[in-house]
Amino acid sequence: MTATTDVRGAAASRSQDQQRHGRSTNVMNGGSPLIWFGALIVVALTLGPVLYGVLSGFRTNAQLAESPAGLPDPWVLSNYSGVLSNPSFWKYALNSTIIAVITTALVVICGVMAAYPLARYKFKWREGIYMVFVLGLLFPATVAIIPLFILISKDLQMGNTWWGIALPQAAFALPVTIVILRPFLQAIPDELEEAAQLDGASRIGFFWRILLPLSGPGLVTVGVLAFVGSWNAYLLPLLLLQSETKTLPLGVADFSSEHASDMAGVFAFTSLAMIPALVFFLAMQKRIVSGLQGAVKG
Amino acid sequence: MADDATARVGAASPATSTLTDPVPGSASALPGAGAPGGRRRNGAAVRKRLEIAAFVAPALILFFLFVVWPIVKAVQFSFYKWKGYGPLVDFVGLKNYVSVLQNDVFIGALQHNLIIVVASIAIQLPLGLLIALLLNRRMRGQGVLRTIIFVPYVLSEVIAGVVWLQMLAPRYGVIDTMLGWVGLQGPKQGFLGDPRYALWTVIAVLTWKYLGLAIILFLAGLQSVPDELYEAAQIDGASWWQIQRKITIPMLGPTLRTWAFLSMIGSLQLFDMVWILTGGGPANATTTMATFLITEGTKRSNYGIASAASVVLFVVALVLAVLYQYFILRRDSTATTVVRKKARR
Repeated sequence: MTATTDVRGAAASRSQDQQRHGRSTNVMNGGSPLIWFGALIVVALTLGPVLYGVLSGFRTNAQLAESPAGLPDPWVLSNYSGVLSNPSFWKYALNSTIIAVITTALVVICGVMAAYPLARYKFKWREGIYMVFVLGLLFPATVAIIPLFILISKDLQMGNTWWGIALPQAAFALPVTIVILRPFLQAIPDELEEAAQLDGASRIGFFWRILLPLSGPGLVTVGVLAFVGSWNAYLLPLLLLQSETKTLPLGVADFSSEHASDMAGVFAFTSLAMIPALVFFLAMQKRIVSGLQGAVKG
Repeated sequence: MADDATARVGAASPATSTLTDPVPGSASALPGAGAPGGRRRNGAAVRKRLEIAAFVAPALILFFLFVVWPIVKAVQFSFYKWKGYGPLVDFVGLKNYVSVLQNDVFIGALQHNLIIVVASIAIQLPLGLLIALLLNRRMRGQGVLRTIIFVPYVLSEVIAGVVWLQMLAPRYGVIDTMLGWVGLQGPKQGFLGDPRYALWTVIAVLTWKYLGLAIILFLAGLQSVPDELYEAAQIDGASWWQIQRKITIPMLGPTLRTWAFLSMIGSLQLFDMVWILTGGGPANATTTMATFLITEGTKRSNYGIASAASVVLFVVALVLAVLYQYFILRRDSTATTVVRKKARR
């Protein structure tokens, strides 16, 4: 977390990596079969549970009880079609999507707005305000969860609403967003700003027309991280959401405890719940990795 | 870690912000904007202040309302006996803290958290490093491989937990079946139902979930080790193992240390996976500080106790973070960074 700020460094070394790619580490050749064997084991252990879940969704409970480790024979589609025709599943998915979109929008908009003066204006309280956000990195959401629950459900009366989840999630995602974005905005050359000023742009005009387009990659990174966090969140939705407004993780947990004896059904429900996240996140994988990499690089 | 971050940024900002003043030559007016009194403030300075306020306000409001305020309230609640309704009048001083720290379940939870911190690092660091070193070469399908490694991390803990819950089901679960193939038998109540194995089973599932993240980050760190070092070592006739031990691992130091820090903070806050797999049971064998405080708060409505537990959780995290920063991460801001920067050029 220390080095989260060093995004420029990360970006620079990333481009170095690309250059280096051609003559990459062919230093240590040999032992190739061993490597392949190792890689296969890693893949099997990693994907095994996921594939097992997906395949088990195509079996009946009788099949599962008879040979828990077998392949579907015959393949049964009823579990999956049952989930897909279950209106609750779609409601959960819709709630998750809307909450994640609101959270992401809030984080990106508020984050980049705050990061702009903190990066490029000179004023007395700049470092102080920045420190407030940096310290925010230290506060685990768990610590604040009970008062947050009371604040949202009782004081603000937003207990069962999308906004009631999205607002606090965005607030907790702000520190890391600002800490990633600030150096990103600082790295934009001053010459550009001067040129914009000579052409008569105000600071706000510069922000809109030049800074925002240029910081696209940084915004995507923080946006993806916020989306991931919101989509996977469990604790806050668990406390605040009931029936109609539940998200997918809550839906999965409920389904698995309510239909504990219907293992095949649970596998089908869980596997389908994985899909949107997997598709979105794997498409964005490079972004997630570079975001995390920026956070860990020394 | 906080001061380190500001130190870096502080060092970087003067260079970048000197030119941000829009009107050339108005630099003399700027200090006046910061120092009240004395100087006449012109319209530009006022406008600038308004701009700053308008830009920073949404984030600050959101942050204070939903992060700072609840944390302050948590500290306040921790001094009261409160069931969650009615006025906050029953001030009990430090009594909640005393009862939390004398509560065997909470002390057990604290121990479990610390075991998870140590186990995550002790298991994932060598394993992740080994796999990253093995995979750090040009090979066909490398991109696919990296994507696959990342899959468990992308799944939510709840979804991953539910799949493992089914797989670990006693007798009919696939894990017990596979053990049967080699003549072994799982515990009667299942791995998650037996207090002797439950915590380690949770740790095993967490390893599956988070090892991929470690591997990906280590691989990313390995990318930034300059090839020249490897070439030089090869010319000197160093063996593969010598190269890894003398070059790769030291150069990876900062990545490893920062990863370990993140892993530590995450382990202290662990909630989702435990809640799904065991709910803290059996017989509190897997409670963590987070599951303890949620159980106290939401199921028993002991908001004072729950808040005291959350403050203790925060203090433990803070103390470990500061110690870690002081003894381990501090090295990175000096020696290692210098070496790495030199090496990069």
